[in-house]
Amino acid sequence: MTANGWLQILVYLLAILAVTPLIGRFMTRVFARERTWLDPVLRPVERSIYRATGVDETRDMHWTEYAVAMLLFSGVSMLVLYVMQRVQQWLPVNPQKFGAVTPDLAFNTAASFTTNTNWQAYSGESTMSYLTQMAGLAYHNFASAAVGIALAIAFIRGIAQKERDSIGNFWVDLVRCTLWVLLPFCVAGTLLLVSQGVVQNLRPYDTVTPIDSKEQVIAQGPVASQEIIKEWGTNGGGFFNANSAHPFENPTPLSNFVEMFAILAISAGLTYTLGDMTGSRAHGWAVWGAMAFLFLAGVTTVYWSEARGNPILAAAGADQTTTALAPGGNMEGKETRFGLANSALFATVTTDASCGAVNSWHDSFTPLGGMVPLVNIVLGEVIFGGVGAGMYGILVFIVLSVFIAGLMVGRTPEYLGKKIQSYDVQMAMLGVLVFPLVILALTGISVLSPTFGLASLSNRGPHGLSEILYAFASGTGNNGSAFAGLNANTKWYNATIGLAMLVGRFFMIIPTLAIAGSLGRKKRVAPSSGTFPVTTPLFASLLVSVVLIVGALTFFPALSLGPIVEHLLMNHGQVF
Amino acid sequence: MNITRNLLIAVLMTIATTILLGLVYPLAMTAIAQAIFPDKANGQLVMREGRVIGSRIIGESFSSPGYFHGRPSAAGAGYDAANSAGTNLGPTSRNLVDAVKTAVAAAQKENPSAPVPIDLVTSSASGLDPHLSPAAALFQAPRVAAARRASEADVRRLVGAHIEPRQFGFLGEPRVNVLELNLALDEQWPIRK
Repeated sequence: MTANGWLQILVYLLAILAVTPLIGRFMTRVFARERTWLDPVLRPVERSIYRATGVDETRDMHWTEYAVAMLLFSGVSMLVLYVMQRVQQWLPVNPQKFGAVTPDLAFNTAASFTTNTNWQAYSGESTMSYLTQMAGLAYHNFASAAVGIALAIAFIRGIAQKERDSIGNFWVDLVRCTLWVLLPFCVAGTLLLVSQGVVQNLRPYDTVTPIDSKEQVIAQGPVASQEIIKEWGTNGGGFFNANSAHPFENPTPLSNFVEMFAILAISAGLTYTLGDMTGSRAHGWAVWGAMAFLFLAGVTTVYWSEARGNPILAAAGADQTTTALAPGGNMEGKETRFGLANSALFATVTTDASCGAVNSWHDSFTPLGGMVPLVNIVLGEVIFGGVGAGMYGILVFIVLSVFIAGLMVGRTPEYLGKKIQSYDVQMAMLGVLVFPLVILALTGISVLSPTFGLASLSNRGPHGLSEILYAFASGTGNNGSAFAGLNANTKWYNATIGLAMLVGRFFMIIPTLAIAGSLGRKKRVAPSSGTFPVTTPLFASLLVSVVLIVGALTFFPALSLGPIVEHLLMNHGQVF
Repeated sequence: MNITRNLLIAVLMTIATTILLGLVYPLAMTAIAQAIFPDKANGQLVMREGRVIGSRIIGESFSSPGYFHGRPSAAGAGYDAANSAGTNLGPTSRNLVDAVKTAVAAAQKENPSAPVPIDLVTSSASGLDPHLSPAAALFQAPRVAAARRASEADVRRLVGAHIEPRQFGFLGEPRVNVLELNLALDEQWPIRK
């Protein structure tokens, strides 16, 4: 570890801190339909979309209608993406003449991009036409992000309002999120990334003649416009197979910083929006603090572990000492321009959020370094989290935290003036339990099958278990990053991970909206001496504890058979 | 609640937003990027003697002793820029350890006097890493100098001149662009064919 490495991590966290109130306040205004400086340009576009689609922007929805509208939109747009992949050979803007995507892979990819997972069982530069990338995949990067943010806002409205049946209009939230929150940053960000060397073209792949080898084919494409929404919407699906490690997706340390910044900015901002809309900014900051604590714990562990290196490679004669001229540590699967600090930081950021973009391969991390991304995912991706998804995820944990605090002091738990009753806690537990059930059951089945489960592994020993566990955690958690040694493009993994992504997204969303609807109908009670304050460091530490305890209770056995035992064996020099 | 009405809106909304976000946005960005940053937007292709010899920011394969070699690559058969990939081998993989042992042995044969830098014997994430750490470039100076009949000190000086510092003094890591360094070698000490 170097002082400069820590400086980069610190500057990153300060940038996120600085942007939190700016973007948080902006989102409050956008979703409360107040005037913003972008209105002169965007308001006419918004109106024409409503006219073209027949949306009545004055109408509010009950939570069930909100959920149905969301499911219909997700269903229709998922179907379009499936069909687009199946017929891409007949569509234009396909200079490499890629054929139809197979049915199981097209289903998996459609589920993946609709659920904001962006798990990729395919390799972009050898599978998808430019049109599929732009109008299919990058389009869903916008749509699924906007759906997530809309849901988080609906949840916050449920907490903030009193005795009302409706929680907003899904279509209006979707359109305003797209136009005000997503699109303007992406336009600016695209140009910033191109200035660093991210490509943006429609040319066929270039065939070049290198000076000391035979010909090289260089994949091209409209990358920058997709790259920026991939991070800003915490999607994570790379244009190329190597994702943000590819020099055309992430050419410089500055582009890397911009991409990492984009991953957490909206989610951090939503903590402020939560405080802003519910009238308790201190509560928003308390949630921010709990998240920042878990973020720092994660990045410290990864950075330490990767800088410590791999004793087996040291014994093989490789020098892992960090100097001014050498990166040292574990450089397998990492890029020279990013080194250890930026790889550790990116891995933490992308799994704190449900992003899943990678600038290094988590599969090749040291066991403890690779365990942190896995733990971040199985904790529910609530450390800032995916756009919207992180907010409604942490709100479920907050409901549980105030419930537990209520049990401890023997009073009916309240959250920001709303009584938390058995229905709310049941729904919260449903959301929390679906997650480990899907991950552990599917991992268990895969591990027991030598044919369809284990045949896909590229690593043996405990690392193999980590690969499978990571795949289902990433799918169910809608992350999309991978221990990519697992060959997941098989019928079994395409089908099961595809289903896991849908269950992990929608079985989480529906109980969440039910809580929002239930809270929204309740009276607001004045705080009393028995109310557990949700603005204090005590609350933040209780929240951290609940997140960690729920995660540990469900996943510790699996983690100890995977990364933890591998760590001990690595120190012992054991290879598989 | 009216499900049919919401279904109709869902269909129309998908069409309208696909046109805006899936076509207008990326095509407009392409037009603007091509106008403002034509070189960057097209991949920074490098010409020499009338031929395109590669991209400035995509690594390519070098194997002659007179050139600096990049890191091991898992992209296709090596530096295949249409098949980016890493090895994805885990830390206790026998295949990984064997590959590193082989690379270390080959490196030590060329330059027994220095420790072998880790990045020289491990694969990059993209398989297209255009860079080496300064240590990994300097490590190869004796071999390159001998093949080019140049003095080792001169070759080390050339490497030193090609070290890119951290961006703004603190972002990223110091590094050497292998293609640019090799082009400079060819300028200074041409190989007679």
